[in-house]
Amino acid sequence: MDWYPLYNSLRIAAISCVIVFFTGIAAAYYTARLPRVIKGVLDVVFTLPLVLPPTVCGYFLIMLFGVRRPMGMFLAQFGIKFVMTWYGGVLAAALVAFPLMYRTARGAFESFDTTLGYSGQTLGLRNSYIFWRIRMPACRQGIMAGTVLAFARALGEYGATSMLIGYTPGKTATISTTVYQLWRTNNEAAAFKWVVVNIIISAVVLTIVNMLERRDKKAVFK
Amino acid sequence: MSLTVDITKNLSSKKSGDFSLNISFETDGGVSGLLGASGSGKSMSLMCIAGIVKPDRGRIILNGRTLFDSERRINLTPQKRRVGYLFQNYALFPDMTARQNIMCGLHNEKDKTRKEESFQEIIELMQLMGLENHRPDQLSGGQKQRVALARILVGNPDLLMLDEPFSALDGHLRSHLQVETQKLLKRLGKEALLVTHDRNEAYQLCHKIALLDSGRVLVHKDKENLFADPESRQAAVLTGCKNVVGAEKAGEYQVHVPPWGVRFTTSQPVRDGLCAIGIRAHYFDPDAVQNRFPICFADEIEAPFEYFGQFRYENQLDESQNIWWSIPKGQKTAQWPSEIGVDPVNIMLLYNSSRTL
Repeated sequence: MDWYPLYNSLRIAAISCVIVFFTGIAAAYYTARLPRVIKGVLDVVFTLPLVLPPTVCGYFLIMLFGVRRPMGMFLAQFGIKFVMTWYGGVLAAALVAFPLMYRTARGAFESFDTTLGYSGQTLGLRNSYIFWRIRMPACRQGIMAGTVLAFARALGEYGATSMLIGYTPGKTATISTTVYQLWRTNNEAAAFKWVVVNIIISAVVLTIVNMLERRDKKAVFK
Repeated sequence: MSLTVDITKNLSSKKSGDFSLNISFETDGGVSGLLGASGSGKSMSLMCIAGIVKPDRGRIILNGRTLFDSERRINLTPQKRRVGYLFQNYALFPDMTARQNIMCGLHNEKDKTRKEESFQEIIELMQLMGLENHRPDQLSGGQKQRVALARILVGNPDLLMLDEPFSALDGHLRSHLQVETQKLLKRLGKEALLVTHDRNEAYQLCHKIALLDSGRVLVHKDKENLFADPESRQAAVLTGCKNVVGAEKAGEYQVHVPPWGVRFTTSQPVRDGLCAIGIRAHYFDPDAVQNRFPICFADEIEAPFEYFGQFRYENQLDESQNIWWSIPKGQKTAQWPSEIGVDPVNIMLLYNSSRTL
């Protein structure tokens, strides 16, 4: 059995998860301070990938980064090509997973007790210290949940990925595109193997999350 | 040591409507109180002084250091103001131990031995030995408050601001901590601002009190003076006067009280612009010779340590409310008196609060 799809899926999910972690948190943090109208508009834009069919997201990505599009042509000068490459899959997965991180982080930040930030400021603590050492730990459950959701979503991404990077064995194949490809070519037994792999990964991820949550509770009620 | 505050801030929100804060007062060391009902702008004033909220106009000067000046475009960040702010909920960082919380107040001290010394000093002062490694959710209300105070005091701020510091505590602990805090403030000799809606607390802890009402300072003076002569109608109510009634000038030492149908003699000369008088419930006296009028009893209310008699003057208007008279238990006679008087000294003359001094 060729394990490339597993390796590729994990690498795409992990990298897009890191990207989404920082961009999602930054988006949640900065939009909260914007005037209401701008905030409302940005909120819709940031959440759209969650409700749009992934194929529509894929369509937009091709429109933007296609090899004959201005953006794609510009990036090609630097040797960057998102179409039919594995790191194009990172882009697709990140786009689709972004709203999950953004919205859970926003919810966590909204329930953050603002007086904690204020008291940190009056104590003379730097704003960056307050963010990383006070706000983030206080919001860690929401942030963690968002990260896991984003990772799971990135791992299972199919629609946008298949449109942008297609299916090339050993190059762009991921678990989800492999399952479809194998099933389409009447190789049901092989498809079933990948389905099992996928279920195992998901179960492991969920178990880790539950363990983290339990440890967190223990720490609080120690 | 002094704090000068003269600021304006307009707030409009769809929920609570427009609110304008127009605060101006000066302190000269010691503990000053900001007393007012909720929504009178007390906490907002503290947030402006701390730099959390930016006023629209005005200036804030602490010990000669300008914290905010709209004309000179000075607006120091909260970090640079050196103002200690004790929040109502204490705002301890939940993911840090008591020690880590207190060390936040020492983040500027780079020398490790001196840092440790300051820490040991403050936990001894605040009696926190043994609690260093507890997290906020393992501390009681009183301990939380001491940690929060320690965290502020260890940084040696120029001004201490306490926002309803005892409101989260229950009765017994509250009076205990009030006494402790009073001692501590005395010992530190720091400039402090105490925000409270509790007049007893303000009286106990402060030497000067500013009364706030709808975003304005009604009156700011020594506490004894304030309770003896609150000057305005709203201030009289805020200092806990139960009987405030519309009145008009009737002579140099005479006031006419139309709703009660009586005329009182006063000990203070009555100025023009008198709008009301106030008589505290415990100042009515059945043995007083002056200002004596026939009354009839309406109701009796029993409190733990006193009775409240509610009575009406003979010619009192129907729409006017019953008058409160408080009698300590043990001094109550079997029969309510049929006449009651009040010493002229105890009649507070109240003027329109917009009056210029």
